[in-house]
Amino acid sequence: MSTVTYEPLHRRPQHQSEVTTVNHSSTTSRPAVSISAIADTQTAGHQATSTVPVMELSGVSVYYGAYEAVRDTSMPIQRKQITAMIGPSGCGKSTILRSLNRMNDLIPGARVTGSVTYHGQDLYAKDVDPIEVRRRIGMVFQKPNPFPKSIYDNVAYGPRVTGMKVDNMDDLVEKALRDAALWDEVKDKLKTSGLALSGGQQQRLCIARTIAVKPEIILMDEPCSALDPIATAKIEDLMFELANDYTIVIVTHNMQQAARVSHYTAFFTAEVDQEQERHGRLVEFSQTGKLFTNPADKRTEDYITGRFG
Amino acid sequence: MTTSTPSAGSAAGNALRRGRRRPVDSTVKVLLVAAALVSIATTVGIVIALVQPAIGFFQQVSIVEFLTGTSWTPTFAQKAYGVLPLVAATVVVTVIALLIAVPIGLGSAIYLSEYANRRTRKVLKPIIELLAGVPTVVYGFVALFALNPLLQDIWPGGRKPAFQNLLIAGIAMGIMIVPTIASISEDSMSSVPRSLREGAYALASTKMQVSTRVVVPAAISGIVAAVVLGISRAVGETMIVTIAGGLVSDKVTFDPLEGAATMTAFIANVSSGDIPVGSLDYDSVFAVGALLFLITFALNAVSIRMVRRFREVYE
Repeated sequence: MSTVTYEPLHRRPQHQSEVTTVNHSSTTSRPAVSISAIADTQTAGHQATSTVPVMELSGVSVYYGAYEAVRDTSMPIQRKQITAMIGPSGCGKSTILRSLNRMNDLIPGARVTGSVTYHGQDLYAKDVDPIEVRRRIGMVFQKPNPFPKSIYDNVAYGPRVTGMKVDNMDDLVEKALRDAALWDEVKDKLKTSGLALSGGQQQRLCIARTIAVKPEIILMDEPCSALDPIATAKIEDLMFELANDYTIVIVTHNMQQAARVSHYTAFFTAEVDQEQERHGRLVEFSQTGKLFTNPADKRTEDYITGRFG
Repeated sequence: MTTSTPSAGSAAGNALRRGRRRPVDSTVKVLLVAAALVSIATTVGIVIALVQPAIGFFQQVSIVEFLTGTSWTPTFAQKAYGVLPLVAATVVVTVIALLIAVPIGLGSAIYLSEYANRRTRKVLKPIIELLAGVPTVVYGFVALFALNPLLQDIWPGGRKPAFQNLLIAGIAMGIMIVPTIASISEDSMSSVPRSLREGAYALASTKMQVSTRVVVPAAISGIVAAVVLGISRAVGETMIVTIAGGLVSDKVTFDPLEGAATMTAFIANVSSGDIPVGSLDYDSVFAVGALLFLITFALNAVSIRMVRRFREVYE
């Protein structure tokens, strides 16, 4: 199994078939391969560079009613870097992600304590408008959710509702679709429904829709979990490209994905307290290379070597 | 694989063979088929019952005269059989009803589906649906003896509405079909996937934008169906227009301040009087009834087509 090697990080689409093979073999031999291979990829050139945090979580706990879903999370989000959140189901990684652009506001009874700052500004301060927050911090969801509108209108939706000053909407739509690596596939059918696309195309349409409003940060909640390996590879390629311009936070179930795409990784786990309630908790946050090769915490090591989760 | 020896196979075959018939099952099936057939037979029966006298009518009055004549006076000494006055009154009442019911119905649906919290919705929706159960004769009397005096009082001047008039009938009918439009539209909006709303919120939409630009378009097939059903009810509604709408039909009028007979009001009114069976007047009721049937049939056909065209398929 030691002969299995990962593709270099800046994969091109023509390597799709190899990606499929890698994914397949890695599921069958996860512990042995992951650590060494990931270590290679990290030294191969995806080194974390920036140290300017654009967001900062400190002591963040999220409650649903009286239930504390995640407790006491503190971590930075570095500018123009990809930060991954990994961990077993129910560890609160999606909950934390949704607290970064106040999507939790939409869930009745959800409450956030501690502080989430964006350029030093408390996101949960009284005078903060969640609409303004979401204009700067966009989100891509687990299941592709294009609107039942044309491809063009899907992309133009955000600029229209936010009242962006747009000189030429056609250009903006084309740019967003190009940046989402979808333009060549849809340029002749912009008027057809976004729902007519394949799952992977739909997800890239959702990414195009998100970047059309020019956010600073893009949150991705398991964006590839509903996609096949080829579509997944395309989205991962896209993330590298997007990281030149955007700060990305991605929640993923797939450790290999976190290792491949991210500069920083946060590992969450679920703790069971005396009342048998599960609470998500951040175990370890560090540069991705370090977290996967030399984890500081025993629980992280157990998880990434496949001993649990 | 090793367990499936020939003997085991034949044993399974025996066990699976049809042992005895289940009489309850087949009886139930016969009853259910009969129930379905009753409603089909009823519809066919209605069509036949309508067509026969209508044919008798059209043997004496030409279809052209019926469809283009501008006076409907079968009970007068000077008889005229032009159906347009009845159609015009029906159109006026229906349009007024829609002007009232579509904004209020859609507004309530958007409120219930997008703005109200779960507890409020749980209380309010049944109350709105309860309105649909109020007998239409009650709406008719409320229109004539409560709404109309009120309308006369607040009327800003100029020519006042008549005692019976199409405006008041239309308003009452509009209120009557609000629950229909609100309830079906709300069902349709509530079934729009939550993920679409989240996607819209994540693109910095306000609640109003999510409602009007994402939820309503996504639910449009149900909303169109609700409105067309509302139109069908309005066109076919009888008690309100008979009581509050007036019975004049000797000329075509689109004036909502005047009273005029709709198709249904004419049918109700003449059928309750004493007309000899088999006379031309008697047959005229069926001719109008057949036209009414054709109109609602066409409306339903249109609505089915529109619903299909607007329907967006979700996975």
